[in-house]
Amino acid sequence: MKLIPTGSQTVGPYLHVGLTWLTTQDIAGTAGGRRIRISGRITDADGVAVPDALVEVWQANPQGKYAHPADKQDKPVDSAFKGWGRCPTDKDGVFEFTTLKPGAVPGPGNSLQAPHLAVTIFMRGQLKHLFTRMYFPDEAANADDPILNFVDDKARRDTLIARKDGEGRYSWDVVLQGRNETVFFDC
Amino acid sequence: MVDVIGYRREAPGTQPAHLFPGYASTVKRAPSQSLIKIPHTLTEVTGPLFGHDRIGPNDADLTKQGKGEPIGERMILSGRVLDEDGKPVPDTLVELWQCNSAGRYHHPVDQHNAPLDPNFTGAGRIVTNGKGEYRFVTIRPGEYPWRNHYNAWRPAHIHLSLFGPAYVTRLVTQMYFPGDPLLPLDPIFNSVADAVARDRLISSFDIETTIPEQALGYKFDIVLRGRAATPMVD
Ligand SMILES: [Fe+2]
Repeated sequence: MKLIPTGSQTVGPYLHVGLTWLTTQDIAGTAGGRRIRISGRITDADGVAVPDALVEVWQANPQGKYAHPADKQDKPVDSAFKGWGRCPTDKDGVFEFTTLKPGAVPGPGNSLQAPHLAVTIFMRGQLKHLFTRMYFPDEAANADDPILNFVDDKARRDTLIARKDGEGRYSWDVVLQGRNETVFFDC
Repeated sequence: MVDVIGYRREAPGTQPAHLFPGYASTVKRAPSQSLIKIPHTLTEVTGPLFGHDRIGPNDADLTKQGKGEPIGERMILSGRVLDEDGKPVPDTLVELWQCNSAGRYHHPVDQHNAPLDPNFTGAGRIVTNGKGEYRFVTIRPGEYPWRNHYNAWRPAHIHLSLFGPAYVTRLVTQMYFPGDPLLPLDPIFNSVADAVARDRLISSFDIETTIPEQALGYKFDIVLRGRAATPMVD
């Protein structure tokens, strides 16, 4: 039997009614380790802030292991660290998370993926969510990251790399369309 | 070396495009560049899991969340969450939101001139059981106007958000009602080009789950992406 996956439909402007009960800006929770802060702003084709978006994040723990049974790597787990966050944007289009920096995780074949956050973005005006990723600046491993290397244009690749804003602080803006448009993935 | 079995890719027309000018807000918010296709890695085949402990006693009964009874026609919304092979997706979170029977959301942005119901917030959630089943008790939502085009009205619908087993099985959709005369006029519903896939967004009336003297039953099965048959090699 082969069924057709249900079609995606927009979250619409009233997404908060059903989704903000699970807002999780503190991804680190009670897990041990040094906190980092990640913030960013989402803008549209006119550079106007998007105040009604929802950002979700999925990441590995600092050792590079996901809190999920499909990750069978023999690496340490801190059961307090789930690696998932959700944040609605505010009136200025800004989202913010506190988390632990993820470790490198295996990629296709024998490759290694540089530390990254998988990011999903929902909003009114999007019939289906957007998939993107955030990488860290000053990571030598970015050069060999198998996913970053799917983006041929260097300037476009750089849209996936956050800026360092001080000790343990990163900023990463998302441009939906136009100049400096963020890379989005078909995955 | 970690072998990863990826998830299937969508068949043409079964999912909306990002840019769909009939739905005006997509014009400034859809990417203009093509999406970059990537293989599924450990990142994409893992994802958040939420346990039954996240769900409170009245979270799936939207008629019992206020001090009194909400106004409107009670209904039961139930169904199964399946993958593309028809296998149930157990223990997965389903989030629901909707407007009240008058077509108004409990939300500061909604300024539609229709009454709010103090006994209805329109938010619910449940985790599917071992057979992938879910069941909500709610009030049939009203139709409501929006500003997409002249005299635009959304057909009655219920918003649903699901996670499934992996990052790439995430789904947010809307469920519609059979026979709604607004469906052919709605750009959001019609953004799914394939007629068979589009009709899967419409629930069906179900006498079996209808409770005598109490509430009409509607069935809506939700299908999430399934696993590819062979490991993805890239
Ligand atoms: Fe709606």
